[in-house]
Amino acid sequence: MFIWFHKLASPPYFYKFAGVLAPWLAWLSLLVIAAGLYGGLWLAPPDYQQGDGFRIIYVHVPSAWMSMFVYMVMAVAAAIGLIWRMKLAHAVSAAAAPLGASFTFIALVTGSLWGKPMWGTYWVWDARLTSELILLFLYVGYMALNHAFEDRRTGDRASAILALVGIVNIPIIHYSVKWWNTLHQGATVFFGPRAEMPPSMYIPLFIMIIGFMVYFAAFILKRLQVEVLQRERNTAWVRELVAKS
Amino acid sequence: MNSWHEFLSMGGYAVYVWPAYGTALVVLLANAIWPGRQQRALLKELRRRSLPSEERPT
Repeated sequence: MFIWFHKLASPPYFYKFAGVLAPWLAWLSLLVIAAGLYGGLWLAPPDYQQGDGFRIIYVHVPSAWMSMFVYMVMAVAAAIGLIWRMKLAHAVSAAAAPLGASFTFIALVTGSLWGKPMWGTYWVWDARLTSELILLFLYVGYMALNHAFEDRRTGDRASAILALVGIVNIPIIHYSVKWWNTLHQGATVFFGPRAEMPPSMYIPLFIMIIGFMVYFAAFILKRLQVEVLQRERNTAWVRELVAKS
Repeated sequence: MNSWHEFLSMGGYAVYVWPAYGTALVVLLANAIWPGRQQRALLKELRRRSLPSEERPT
């Protein structure tokens, strides 16, 4: 097992591994997301307060969850890259950033489209919404900084530090609905006597979250292939690969 | 949901629900297509550079 992990960290082996795995995960995510959408948009009953408007939850919550999860992946990889100088770790951060930014963007837009009918406004500067917007800026800042230097290694290190500093924003997003009086609703209770949702409503939500996770796994691998190619372009194995293709 | 009409109208919330899903679809599709295209372009560029200069297509 350990030997396998060690092998996986070698760029040529990883490149091949990612190339095989990514398409399978991509199709799997399509299947899971389709099932989640069928459950959420068709089977689930309308909400007693929000009617069918609540169905935005099946895209909003998974993307909001992913926006934070991907940030943690990016920051942990950045830390590993800084501490152990592992080449692949910085590539993971760089590949995660655009996907994280995309999920954050979706969370903001879908939240805004949900806010309009329910709160009467597309946007308020409350704690949850503002901290999520800052998350988007952190991703964009990471990407800009990562590409701002002639030497890729300098960019990797500078942007890794930004990613680590930005971690403070994650608990702020998560607890914002508890710490401040926000317009955004609090966390939903799923289980137990105080459960606020029947299984027909929350099961599709969990399926969607799993679908988004698999989607992320598929396309971070695909992006990592590109990152690895770019970073290793002057090595013998890439030359060999190019000659064969 | 009991009918396609009911599904599409989303109980009057169609103007909010469908743009939300449309945005997600566009962003996720773009993210799915982009890396593969970039990979092919990069491989092409590397192949061009690997050729001796007189054989390079311009």
